[in-house]
Amino acid sequence: MSEKVLMKGNEAIAEAAIKAGCMHYFGYPITPQTEIAAYMAKRMPKIGGTFLQAESEVSAINMVYGVASAGYRVMTSSSSPGVSLKQEGISYIAGADLPALIVNVQRGGPGLGGIQPSQSDYFQATKGGGHGDYHLIVLAPASVQEMADLTVKAFDLADKYRMPAMLLADGTMGQMMEPVEIPEVEARAVDHSWAVRGTNCEREHNIVNSLYLKPEILEQTNFERFERYRQIEENECMYESFMMEDAEYCVVAFGIAARVSKNAVVAARKAGIKVGLIRPITLWPFPKKALAKAAQKVKGFLSVELSMGQMIEDVRLAIDCKKPVQLCNRTGGMIVTPEEVLSSIEKLAKENA
Amino acid sequence: MADYAYKRVTLFAGHYGSGKTNLAVNFALRLKEEGHPVKIADLDIVNPYFRTKDSAKRLQAAGIELISPAFANTNVDLPALPAQVYSLVERRDSFAVLDIGGDDRGAYALGRYRDQLLKEQDFEMVFVVNFYRPLTRSVDEAIDVMREIEGACGMPFTAIINNSNIGNDTTPQTVAATFDKAAELSEKTGLPVIFTSGTQRVLSGLSGENLFPLHLQEKYFDIKENEHGEGNF
Repeated sequence: MSEKVLMKGNEAIAEAAIKAGCMHYFGYPITPQTEIAAYMAKRMPKIGGTFLQAESEVSAINMVYGVASAGYRVMTSSSSPGVSLKQEGISYIAGADLPALIVNVQRGGPGLGGIQPSQSDYFQATKGGGHGDYHLIVLAPASVQEMADLTVKAFDLADKYRMPAMLLADGTMGQMMEPVEIPEVEARAVDHSWAVRGTNCEREHNIVNSLYLKPEILEQTNFERFERYRQIEENECMYESFMMEDAEYCVVAFGIAARVSKNAVVAARKAGIKVGLIRPITLWPFPKKALAKAAQKVKGFLSVELSMGQMIEDVRLAIDCKKPVQLCNRTGGMIVTPEEVLSSIEKLAKENA
Repeated sequence: MADYAYKRVTLFAGHYGSGKTNLAVNFALRLKEEGHPVKIADLDIVNPYFRTKDSAKRLQAAGIELISPAFANTNVDLPALPAQVYSLVERRDSFAVLDIGGDDRGAYALGRYRDQLLKEQDFEMVFVVNFYRPLTRSVDEAIDVMREIEGACGMPFTAIINNSNIGNDTTPQTVAATFDKAAELSEKTGLPVIFTSGTQRVLSGLSGENLFPLHLQEKYFDIKENEHGEGNF
């Protein structure tokens, strides 16, 4: 491992992507993720890579589509309104079965919204966003170190399953500075026999496309893609379980909300409430089994989110509504405080004693 | 804080994320504690997230006037500078601390006040450096950043503050390990290292006279007990 440095979350994503072999970045500046583009603008020319500030987010995602078709590691990044603009391209990339990384450093919405941190793009990231039957692998970091580590992981998973992955962070994670060790990444052999790289007149040319005019074939393609998705749900769920061994109540939170909630869980334990926390790290695939297992022994759940309550639906589905699930939330760029989470835990415990 | 002679205007500039804002706020508080009239101005029109205004309550409690962009910390973060900055530069009735935006882009705004500052000749232009920032790991990289900033604002640096740290993981040893680099930077640029700054906890483990203790704002998403759970990650 390399030495520790002090980095912003956004910088850690950029440097980790370069370490992971991503030599092509296309983007457009927007607060609070602009440092990713700024960092790439400085670093890419020095290592012979591509940094290109496109004329729009739509253009940037289609450049990603192009490079991904050639089988090279490629990424784009933006914040909420910009990620909305990219949705058409993301659907095309998913429909063409191409690996790529899209980073969303979320800010408050809807519309132009604000520039402060938010988690209200959960639905967009995990339930589509673009049109058609598809999923993204969605990873949610909760520290600057994870911004780096999960960037590498996202590239690996995208290659492994030939599909786009999204890193879903928020303004706080992007802007905060923490010590980080940028991981050293070993190059892996990846099958690129499908890529559009030139045939040398030695084989039939490959076609990368998402157009299937015969419905029987489109249906079959979707069936095959969803078989891959099923394997991912089986094998790639990631979560952190905190103080859950003897827990009677379970907080569910990801990203920055999980960090705030951890402090509240520690405070609630001191006040005698047996509470733990499950932090989904993959938002898709959602760690359903871990929650279903917890539902067998806890009396209730608390979903802590920086939105009007989006992940809470997946929590209820994961546990088949077997236990009550309450919501503790702030939105529009406001962040929950440990005190707010603590009083929500106290309320949950009181109402489900 | 041995025998440092304050200039009327102290400007803090450097690579973004080097700790300029924290230093500027603590420097202003120190001036005030020592009985000087002082005002602080936020000239950072680059970073709309972390800025001087976050410390507004502390500054206000100490009786320090804060001049910041009218829309700072709102969602209408217009990169416009308030007119009061001129009064701070032109009326020489109090000490002034200026927090300059990161890198060369942040320093362009300073160019506007350059002529008055150079005419008065009573300023300290401080280069804040953290050798644990990825783009200022080496002395030569730090010098590149210095030259870019000087080129952007047309003002020369006159001093260096070594603010090297790796956040909560900082120990006296991590700071001490940068002393050689700071000395080399000083030698190559001909500028004095006026202070080494850090939290009280870290500085208490270091010896030397020119140590500048920082009081940092607590963030409520700091994991205080540094605890980690279990799982398949």
